[in-house]
Amino acid sequence: MIQKSRLHIPHPPARPGEAPDFSYLKISAPGEVPRPDVNTPAMEMADLAHSMVRVLKDDDKTTGPWNPHLEPEVLQVGLRHMMLTRAFDDRMQRVQRQGKISFYIKSTGEEAVAVAQCMALRPGDMLFPSYRQQGLQIARGRKLVDLMCQCLSNTRDMCKGRQMPIMYHSREGNLFSISGNLTTQYPQAVGWAMAAAMKGEDNLAASWIGDGSTAEPDFHHALTFASVYQAPVILNVVNNQWAISTFQAFAGGGREPFAARGLGYGIPGIRVDGNDFLAVYAVTEWAAERARTGAGPTLIEHVTYRASAHSTSDDPSRYRPKEDSESWPLGDPIKRLKQYLVQLGVWTEKQHKALELELEKHASDSWKEAVTYGTMSEGPALDPSDMFEDVYKEIPEHLKRQREQMLAEGGK
Amino acid sequence: MAQMNMIQALNSAMDIALSRDPSVVIMGEDVGYFGGVFRCTDGLQRKHGDHRVLDTPIAEGGIVGTAIGMGVNGMRPVAEIQFADYIYPAFDQIVSELARLRHRSAGDFFAPITIRSPSGGGIRGGQTHSQSPEGIFTHVCGIKVVMPSNPYDAKGMLLSAIEDDDPVVFFEPKRIYNGPFDGDPDKPARPWTTHPKGEVPEGHYTVPLGKAEIVRAGTDATIVTYGTMVHVAVAATEKCGIDAEIIDVRSMAPLDVATLRTSVEKTGRCVIVHEATRFSGYGAELSATIQEECFWHLEAPIQRVAGWDTPYPHAFEWEYFPGQKRIINALRTVMEA
Ligand SMILES: Cc1ncc(C[n+]2csc(CCOP(=O)(O)OP(=O)(O)O)c2C)c(N)n1
Ligand SMILES: [Mg+2]
Repeated sequence: MIQKSRLHIPHPPARPGEAPDFSYLKISAPGEVPRPDVNTPAMEMADLAHSMVRVLKDDDKTTGPWNPHLEPEVLQVGLRHMMLTRAFDDRMQRVQRQGKISFYIKSTGEEAVAVAQCMALRPGDMLFPSYRQQGLQIARGRKLVDLMCQCLSNTRDMCKGRQMPIMYHSREGNLFSISGNLTTQYPQAVGWAMAAAMKGEDNLAASWIGDGSTAEPDFHHALTFASVYQAPVILNVVNNQWAISTFQAFAGGGREPFAARGLGYGIPGIRVDGNDFLAVYAVTEWAAERARTGAGPTLIEHVTYRASAHSTSDDPSRYRPKEDSESWPLGDPIKRLKQYLVQLGVWTEKQHKALELELEKHASDSWKEAVTYGTMSEGPALDPSDMFEDVYKEIPEHLKRQREQMLAEGGK
Repeated sequence: MAQMNMIQALNSAMDIALSRDPSVVIMGEDVGYFGGVFRCTDGLQRKHGDHRVLDTPIAEGGIVGTAIGMGVNGMRPVAEIQFADYIYPAFDQIVSELARLRHRSAGDFFAPITIRSPSGGGIRGGQTHSQSPEGIFTHVCGIKVVMPSNPYDAKGMLLSAIEDDDPVVFFEPKRIYNGPFDGDPDKPARPWTTHPKGEVPEGHYTVPLGKAEIVRAGTDATIVTYGTMVHVAVAATEKCGIDAEIIDVRSMAPLDVATLRTSVEKTGRCVIVHEATRFSGYGAELSATIQEECFWHLEAPIQRVAGWDTPYPHAFEWEYFPGQKRIINALRTVMEA
């Protein structure tokens, strides 16, 4: 037989109409992965990149060295943040369907990543999210009304109508401005962390991108600079298996986990069950300790599943089995934390249902308030001449002239 | 006053900025221990330390990306892109991030970064060490784009750029780093000591961004130019005996329209000169602006003298370079019309 070169085209394990198949996923048993000292050199803990840190067991109990031993009150706060994130997402999806906002992106199924991580970090740590970490906004105490006003581009929009929905930011909340350009925030987070180290402060930076976004050159830039300068940064890859319609193997190649990409840079890579609140919290705490004690950056791969469409403009039934989400072997992060709390005896089904209703009402009340500050069709409205502000610190002559021209034309 | 070439003037500006403001950081490829391939950062790391004058990985996108993060965290990075020809890997971070951060966050975040980059030809650099990409950046709102043409302006404008809270792309015409160049490659090189603008104060001063300068007063026609071509235009004017007023734009964005208007209203004739390629080049913006502002004063169609619309050739540099001959021809054309 003559051997020939061949082109490999990755395929997802199942397409619409086929049975979901997650046999490709390597899953460790809860408690199985050791927890090394934070100062261990990357290559001596290379296994962390190839296994999966898990704390919650199928019987809803915890096990192993990664158990963060959080108080039930803390876990209840985490559960609440995740449930509020979901309630917010559901409300926003609904108002988008009603044509009240132009676009929305849900984070359903991935709530543990943003919420547990945010809770494991300090308020002074600077967060550089992508568009799918609304849980960070919520866990940092941003009001739903404020987030909704951004999506409405109304008079209370923190972006003053300059960004499409979901591109939030908060200076006081140390939540960086979200960009529509994938992965650009990754090297920015590294630079922020380098500056923190230069100034001798012990705040760290953390950033999030998706599996697909790891293919962008900024991923390499970020890891290179983080490695060279040992920046106090946590770089997260949220591997939710899909990048719009493209299976994650188109970015990762499907042979090595994303976490293992850190190793070539000398950066510890750690793969975690992204739907296990406790494991995500523990891994983040560990990475934060590394950053704050001069041990340098950490790359975390969160293995999770994008349970909803990519965005309100997407229909996943065209490229993956409808039952995929229910078949996801790592379950649902909210359900899993809830079961753990119930098992502990500090939470009941009844309390859970009541909280669900309370948060739904909170989301709907917040929406009612948000629209009083303006909608896309009804006032009050932003002043369009405001678009000429903040292009530069001071408005230059040519923009003053353009603003005058726009005003003279009398608008639309 | 001291005598400085442009490299020394830029070095002095960065030295002063590092001394005055602890948030200033110099970063780039080979800028630290070695002092830069053009020596602009020579000695700065020795004096200010390797935490403030950083050698970086060869990753222009990474340099600008991390500089943005530093800027957001209270630093004032001065990033060197070793040649303007290598700025493109950083294009997305400059255009999509740096330029728009203040606007998209409604003023809540900004990154006060200066990006220095040697540009322009006439150094036998072929197509990968000769480009003049300023027009690509002037098309981007949210950044300032400037280019000095002499040591005095280089230092004063660089200090202005570093102290500016807006991002500035600072192109350095590398052909005139060591001395003014009149476009004739056969003449012996002239040092900056022969030029009044080679006299540079040792201490801190600024030259404001957004202001053009009349480098030669005249009445027959106006030449609008910047960078190396300022000196070529001066030599061409003196050779042909046409009394042209020569304006050094210095700041391409924002543009000092008033100075252009006043001059062209007076002369009624205008020649625009730049090294960059012509089609959709910055000269097109200058020409359109002058036409809009001064149409009823114009006696002749505006002429553009620019690099040909080809990649910068290695072997035919002086056929490509818009030298004195081409400027004189354009001046004659506007005078004869
Ligand atoms: C530079 C850039 N290229 C393409 C896009 C369009 N785009 C938006 S989201 C997306 C998929 C990203 O997938 P992933 O990184 O896995 O993140 P996820 O959406 O799954 O959270 C694409 C291609 C973009 N926004 N920016
Ligand atoms: Mg994805």
